[in-house]
Amino acid sequence: MPSKSKGSAGGSDSRFFTTQKKGEMHELRQELHSSDRSVKVDAVKKVIANMTVGKDVSMLFTDVLNCIQTDNIELKKLVYLYLINYAKSQPEKTLLAVNTFVKDANDPNPLIRALAVRTMGCIRVERITEYLCEPLSRSLRDEDPYVRKTAAVCVAKLYDIAPELVEDRGFLEILHDLISDANPSVVANGVAALSEIAETSGKDVMKISTSVLQKLLAALNECTEWGQVFILDSLSKYTPADAKEAEGIIERVTPRLQHANSAVVMSAVKVVLNYMNMITAEDTIRTLTRKLAPPLVTLLNSEPETQYVALRNINLIVQKRPAILENEIKVFFAKYNDPIYVKMEKLEIIIKLVSERNVEQVLLELKEYATEVDVDFVRKSVSAIGRCAIKLERAAERCISVLLELIQSKVNYVVQEAVVVIKDIFRRYPNKYESVIATLCENLETLDEPEAKASMIWIIGEYAERIDNADELLDSFLESFEEEDPSVQLSLLTATVKCFLKAPEQTQEMVQRVLDMATEESDNPDLRDRGFVYWRLLSTDPEAAKAVVLSERPVIEDDTSKLEPELLDTLIRQIATLSSIYHKPPELFVTRANIRASADTDEDEYAYEDENDVGAEGGGGGGGPVDLLDMGGVDLNGGSNGVANGGGAGGDLFGLGGGEGGGGGASVQKVQVCDGSSSGGVVVSVGFACTNNSPSMEMDFVNNSASPIASLAVQFNKNAFSLSPANQAINFATPIMPGSTGSFSLGLTINPAMAAPVQPGVPAPATVQVAIKRLDNGSVFYFASNFELECIFTQSGALERSAFIATWKAIPDTNELYSTVQLSGSNIDTAIQKLASKNVFFIARRPVPNAPDQEVVYVSCAGSNGTSFLAELTFKAGVNACKLCVKSENTSYSGLAKDAIERCLK
Amino acid sequence: MVASAIFLTDLKVIISRNYRGDIPPSSCLSTFSKYIAETDDLTRLPIFTDDGYTYAYIKYNNLYLLGVTKRNSNVSLLTIYLYRLVGVFRDYFGELEDESIRDNFVIIYELLDETMDHGYPQALDSKILREYITQEGNRMEVVAKPPVALTNAVSWRSEGIKHKKNEIFLDVVEKLNLLVGANGTVLSSEIIGAVKMKSFLSGMPELKLGLNDKLMFEATGRTQQAKGKAVELEDIKFHQCVRLARFENDRTISFIPPDGEFDLMTYRLNTHVKPLIWVEAVVEPHKGSRIEYMIKTKSQFKSRSIANNVEIIIPVPTDVDSPSFKSSVGTVTYLPDRDAICWSIKQFHGSREYLMRAHFGLPSIGADEIREGAWKKPISVNFEIPYFTVSGIQVRYLKIIEKSGYQALPWVRYITQGGNYSLRMA
Repeated sequence: MPSKSKGSAGGSDSRFFTTQKKGEMHELRQELHSSDRSVKVDAVKKVIANMTVGKDVSMLFTDVLNCIQTDNIELKKLVYLYLINYAKSQPEKTLLAVNTFVKDANDPNPLIRALAVRTMGCIRVERITEYLCEPLSRSLRDEDPYVRKTAAVCVAKLYDIAPELVEDRGFLEILHDLISDANPSVVANGVAALSEIAETSGKDVMKISTSVLQKLLAALNECTEWGQVFILDSLSKYTPADAKEAEGIIERVTPRLQHANSAVVMSAVKVVLNYMNMITAEDTIRTLTRKLAPPLVTLLNSEPETQYVALRNINLIVQKRPAILENEIKVFFAKYNDPIYVKMEKLEIIIKLVSERNVEQVLLELKEYATEVDVDFVRKSVSAIGRCAIKLERAAERCISVLLELIQSKVNYVVQEAVVVIKDIFRRYPNKYESVIATLCENLETLDEPEAKASMIWIIGEYAERIDNADELLDSFLESFEEEDPSVQLSLLTATVKCFLKAPEQTQEMVQRVLDMATEESDNPDLRDRGFVYWRLLSTDPEAAKAVVLSERPVIEDDTSKLEPELLDTLIRQIATLSSIYHKPPELFVTRANIRASADTDEDEYAYEDENDVGAEGGGGGGGPVDLLDMGGVDLNGGSNGVANGGGAGGDLFGLGGGEGGGGGASVQKVQVCDGSSSGGVVVSVGFACTNNSPSMEMDFVNNSASPIASLAVQFNKNAFSLSPANQAINFATPIMPGSTGSFSLGLTINPAMAAPVQPGVPAPATVQVAIKRLDNGSVFYFASNFELECIFTQSGALERSAFIATWKAIPDTNELYSTVQLSGSNIDTAIQKLASKNVFFIARRPVPNAPDQEVVYVSCAGSNGTSFLAELTFKAGVNACKLCVKSENTSYSGLAKDAIERCLK
Repeated sequence: MVASAIFLTDLKVIISRNYRGDIPPSSCLSTFSKYIAETDDLTRLPIFTDDGYTYAYIKYNNLYLLGVTKRNSNVSLLTIYLYRLVGVFRDYFGELEDESIRDNFVIIYELLDETMDHGYPQALDSKILREYITQEGNRMEVVAKPPVALTNAVSWRSEGIKHKKNEIFLDVVEKLNLLVGANGTVLSSEIIGAVKMKSFLSGMPELKLGLNDKLMFEATGRTQQAKGKAVELEDIKFHQCVRLARFENDRTISFIPPDGEFDLMTYRLNTHVKPLIWVEAVVEPHKGSRIEYMIKTKSQFKSRSIANNVEIIIPVPTDVDSPSFKSSVGTVTYLPDRDAICWSIKQFHGSREYLMRAHFGLPSIGADEIREGAWKKPISVNFEIPYFTVSGIQVRYLKIIEKSGYQALPWVRYITQGGNYSLRMA
């Protein structure tokens, strides 16, 4: 038995780290050539020590290499280590070592054979690879399993450097044969290598057949704990033929839930959860649900880092299958000495599991947290109380009384956080709990954070009629208007206008003052715009102003951190991986996998991704700020699942696909919507067209991925236009080879089931969110594109003259939208023809009285959902432009219709 | 894929192994050091991503063990690997700290090479590793073959182990996790149990362990026993040596043990447990002058049992001074570095009750808010009660069969300890 070194023992290695002195390199070089073996070994150790502390010792390459011919295995390992580090910088000289590798790969000692194969694979020099093939292919058939298992991994290494070579030499087939190896460790490493190659190449090299499946399941019982993880991870990617097969595999996998190694447990959970989707028998589901709970709970007794991984995954699991942990909420109660990141994750799960049954207990617990010392945790706990109220109507009252208790504590950040959530509670249950406003008003001085202030101001504005001194309260905030955060200013502006509309007499002066400040003294465009809108509304039509400003708002729901079902399924497939930690599909953060991409484009893509992530966190809430002035159609921010990709926003908006001929002779302008960074290298540009009255999405693909694209599946998210693909399959007549391009015209239909409800008065988002799945490797990517309304203008959009006039008059002027359109010429007939070709129908044309050089044209059109749009175009002789006025009863779509008519005119 | 590279670092000196050569080690290390320097405990996460590289790390003593990857790696596996690596290093070097790394860098490189290949964990059983990786480099030439255990189904035990005396020691250790609310009700209680073994058996022994496991009795139709003193173990986790499929089948615990010390199994029980040691605190703060504590503790177990090494840790405000204590039993010490007082009682018999008073001075001006938080920290209690398990679990038998037919002696002990045992102060 070797003895334990206590560090201070005679042969301590630390002596090799002695500080540099002059001429050391020269001295080292001499020692490396010494005939005394111990001097030689010590010299190499000194070299490695230098390398370890980051000193460049590459100039000793030849000298170190000189020591490679030795039967001292320690020395050999050190030289190999040196080689791995410096081979890249000295590829020529590395070739000199090849002979030794080849010789060592034939050594009678399997340890040396394995060492040689393992090291050769780590030397990432392309020229050495061809010499590697011969020994590698022998090692894959070595009699010793230790060598075979090392060789299996080496195939994956080689594939990283020279994939073609691996394929040409048939290594993949040999590797696949290793799955049937008699030795479980060899099987496990073979599976690991194949899975990795399958992932990088996008090819199904793993190919799990029935017999392979049996081999894997057998090896699962015998191989090391690490090997079990490799096998389970590859099983999780397999799709069982039917429910029976799924159940059969699950039965073999569930014993792993009892393994002491939490990585084994997590991977087993992943397999079970994914296969459960295939099972419909309720009994089986129930049994499995019961089986999954205890192992998940036990993960919370492990080291904090493991707990963190477990909690992030449990967060997904409780969204997918709430039943598993519904009775276990107590185990997620934070322990005082949990690290803060564990506490925060536990809180998230508590909120997901809270129900009417346990809410009392949860509230007691949250109240306790609110008295702790970590400010962030306290805030999140207070906010959690509010989220309980929003989630559970029956507990709302109880939650509010707890919040009020906390407000009494007068702790500054507790009060502020409480005010913010109480505002949300008001938005969830309007006109129900205003009795607490008095208490809130007592704490106005405490508020110094923008969010809390804005929330309080919102409450005052919303309930101005119930607060006796609402105007005074607002007035006190107005004093510091100019120094406030923009969010507070906006909130103040709106609240004051609300207050004015409710009680004009007392607040006339105040509203004037705030409008002045917003429109004249502020340089914040949002504030100015909103100020002008209010001003105009108030001055032209106070009733309309009331309708707009005091309109009933939709109640909110607790959807904080709730994931879209599709994304959730994607993430469940990724349990235990980083994807499950970040709650993002891998393609969103694995930005460096493609080695061939040049470094600087890498940077750009990454930066862009980051911006999207911000959107992802905040998405799904209130739908973002409402752009009252409707500043145009290039706004892609409406994505609620946040994976929408803005594509080449900015300069090259219309740079692509300009020359492509679309349907009906009209060219379709395509916008790049997917730059490949999150889609595994597939660049997509889309545009919309309408041919023979049927809309279509015209798509161009550039395949920058490593494998050809033959077929894709496409799916739309619910959208404001009820659009859905006529056919979900996209099959290319000839597959798009890597590096080449292809196009596809996707027919669209109107499907009422796809309608995303649009709140009246709120502009409908133009975006259509699209998911594309590559059928060859199963990867899914997302993008959003702005739909063009004219593609669904129907033939029945023409109105009778009289009907037109009646409708025009019936629609209030406040619904009008104006713009000026630049035209290529001033010919009115051309314009009318252009419009007619897009189902925008001519109604009437008349000269403008008192303006002899002007003429107006009236047109109408209708969307496929029956909404009519009326428009008035004013032309002036000799001016290559016209004024456009669009109105419609349904204001949600008029902005889009206006944009559409503008496009039709061009 | 698990990791591209593994680093062992105290943020300055470093040993790393770049398994896949696809990450820039020095810039990754500086990113990591920067992250550690620029974040505090409140914002720091154990896993973070920067510029397309993900960093997952654990901290041990003054060292960080860090894995870096640029793919969607199995991070659960990576974390466990890092913890096991610590285990291997500790086993080799006695302790893992910057000094032991410098002293053993050659062997650390060897171990990094052997425990992971191309980012995939391989062998992390230090007993087996020791058979072919040793400090004495020259011994290596004697080893002509990798240990069979490296690739064998029994990867945790070598063949041909011999002991003069065949013995096996079995400790059933139960930790009681308990949280009592400020109002005195038990908010949560659970028992985390472990069956720890020290095996000194020769050859390749086959072992079978029998517990008074309720589900096992039921599975084998012994309903009578199931109703008796059986225990329902909620979640059992086994050492890799236990045949899981067999257990799933008929709940038989059968295994070939590793040599030496290991945890055979852990289990968890979510039952309502009466606090074995009850503590009540009455705190009287006199703002600006002094703060007084009256602590009452009561043992709520049978009088013939004894709790050893009882430590009651009571948090106090950070700015207290001039402590004075009075207690009917044990010793009381002020621990300024932990902002707490510790009342230790060497032997605490069952069904007894003791009192302790503590008195501190307070500065005339103090930060009120912080003080409020400080004595909100719960009281924690450590203790050990031998010959006793809260759950009532019992070892019914341990059968040892080896083909040479030797007789081996199993020794069984029971002990209950305070785990995460805390009582919130009113």
